[in-house]
Amino acid sequence: MSDIQVARRQRRWHIAVFLLPALIVYTAIMIVPLAQTLNLSLFHNDAQNAVHFVGIENFRTLFVEPRWAAQFWNALRNNFVFFLIHMVVQNPIGIALAALLSIPRLPGRAFYRTAFFVPTMLSFVIVGFAWKLILSPIWGVTPSILGAVHLKWLFAPWLGKESSALITVALISVWQFVGIPMMLIYAALLGIPDEVIEAAEMDGVVGPSQFWKIKLPLILPTIGIVSVLTFVGNFNAFDLIYSAQGALAGPNFSTDILGTFLYRTFFGFQLQLGDHYMGATIATVMFFIILAGVCAYLFLIQKRMRRYQF
Amino acid sequence: MRPARSSPARTGLVHLALIVWTIVALSPVILILMNSFKSRAGIFREPLMPPTGSTFSMIGYQTVLGEGHFIRYFGNSLIVTLVSIFFVLLFGAMAAFALSEYRFRLNTALGLFLALGIMIPIRLGTIGILQMMAASGLVDTHLALILVYTAQGIPLAVFILAEFMQQVSADLKNAARIDGLSEYTIFFRLVLPLVRPAMATVAVFTMIPIWNDLWFPLILAPGESTRTVTLGAQLFLGQFVTNWNAVLSALSLAILPVLILYFIFSRQLIRGITAGAVK
Repeated sequence: MSDIQVARRQRRWHIAVFLLPALIVYTAIMIVPLAQTLNLSLFHNDAQNAVHFVGIENFRTLFVEPRWAAQFWNALRNNFVFFLIHMVVQNPIGIALAALLSIPRLPGRAFYRTAFFVPTMLSFVIVGFAWKLILSPIWGVTPSILGAVHLKWLFAPWLGKESSALITVALISVWQFVGIPMMLIYAALLGIPDEVIEAAEMDGVVGPSQFWKIKLPLILPTIGIVSVLTFVGNFNAFDLIYSAQGALAGPNFSTDILGTFLYRTFFGFQLQLGDHYMGATIATVMFFIILAGVCAYLFLIQKRMRRYQF
Repeated sequence: MRPARSSPARTGLVHLALIVWTIVALSPVILILMNSFKSRAGIFREPLMPPTGSTFSMIGYQTVLGEGHFIRYFGNSLIVTLVSIFFVLLFGAMAAFALSEYRFRLNTALGLFLALGIMIPIRLGTIGILQMMAASGLVDTHLALILVYTAQGIPLAVFILAEFMQQVSADLKNAARIDGLSEYTIFFRLVLPLVRPAMATVAVFTMIPIWNDLWFPLILAPGESTRTVTLGAQLFLGQFVTNWNAVLSALSLAILPVLILYFIFSRQLIRGITAGAVK
């Protein structure tokens, strides 16, 4: 009896040894700085560089004071547009490609799957710059491709025009990331039990109607996960816009999203000095937006979808 | 009996759609790679043609390798990525073993605590991270990036690995315990080799965002001696923006290693996504 108890107590030490390295690194490098950043948003320095507790004053400045508010609401609005474009373009294309790939005994499936995922592997820097070159009127690749199908009149320097830059950047991001929803949904489609499909076939539900009536409802939980991943990724995006449009997210801030706004505020740009406290305030707002999105998913969407899981 | 037989016409349409997207996905990459081997005149006069005898030129690559310090940047990226992956796998597997193998009071709470890191991006704590790195003198060191990437990779690694470790037979582990093996030996000698495929998946998943990251190198290690290849390419591209040969070659040099790794590991990666998502 006492032997077992001793053995048990010894085992408890192993648990700590196994857990501590991960917990220490994770807590020290991720959780503590995150908490510090959230905390910093409640402080500000005055002209003498003394730091004061200012409560929610920074948030008031960000939301209301004209110098900040105009940029903040612009970035937030652009970020929602960026997200919406991903939801209406990236995810349907991802679902469509996954549906096609999951057709049984499709020749060349491995080739297509590999090809579709190539852009996802590339860094934003490469993708941003490559597309900047491809869409550049100087090089003229895009006009000559459009010319080949008699659509040359469509061409405009899309990345350089205020009206189209945000949509163009979002579509470049869609091009890059469509591989992720495709893979996740493809995996979900493969996971549907054969019995379900066979039962549908017995009832004469085949082809496209089988997809809409049987498979799509069954993969809704995966579409939920894809949506929340898209949300988190988009509200945390920075690299692509920084590489394609620069820190000023031009032209005239038309591609500015929260990530680039945070970077400019934190580090300063041109003549404006960096402001750690306002930077922390923006990071805090981003934190709560992402948290709200994740909670909405967990409590509203995922709960209702449980019943579909096998 | 297979009642669902698709007609040849429908199969044709399916392939047509898939080929169209293959072209959309690959042609920008091919265009960049192809033009990087051409002379300036070739790039502008016939951008859509592959390099021929008269337009072939390596001038871009000569500029990149001569002007930039790409070899050093590659080294930096390699060190940061490999060391980070090592610690993500080691610490992640240890924590995953603890959470999946033992029952203790804080088990669920710690699992949720780590789950936070899957959803909340580490970038939001950048200001705190920079202050901490500045205070400890780690700015412009490999260690700063390695620490950040290790912290970033651990949550997902723990969850994927815990999932796989639960499938390791309990009889096997108990047999080892009866034979008097310590918990450490069971973990390192028995469990780790059995979850090796899952470790490979985690490694690939961890590698891509680290190798491609621009944010933390830009903020924590912008110095010449610690610059990663992604940041180096970014700065080089900004500097040589009118030298198209150099820009195209720099882009190609940054694309190729990722593509090579992808073609080596794509089977592993796809199997990993498929296995993880079916759960």
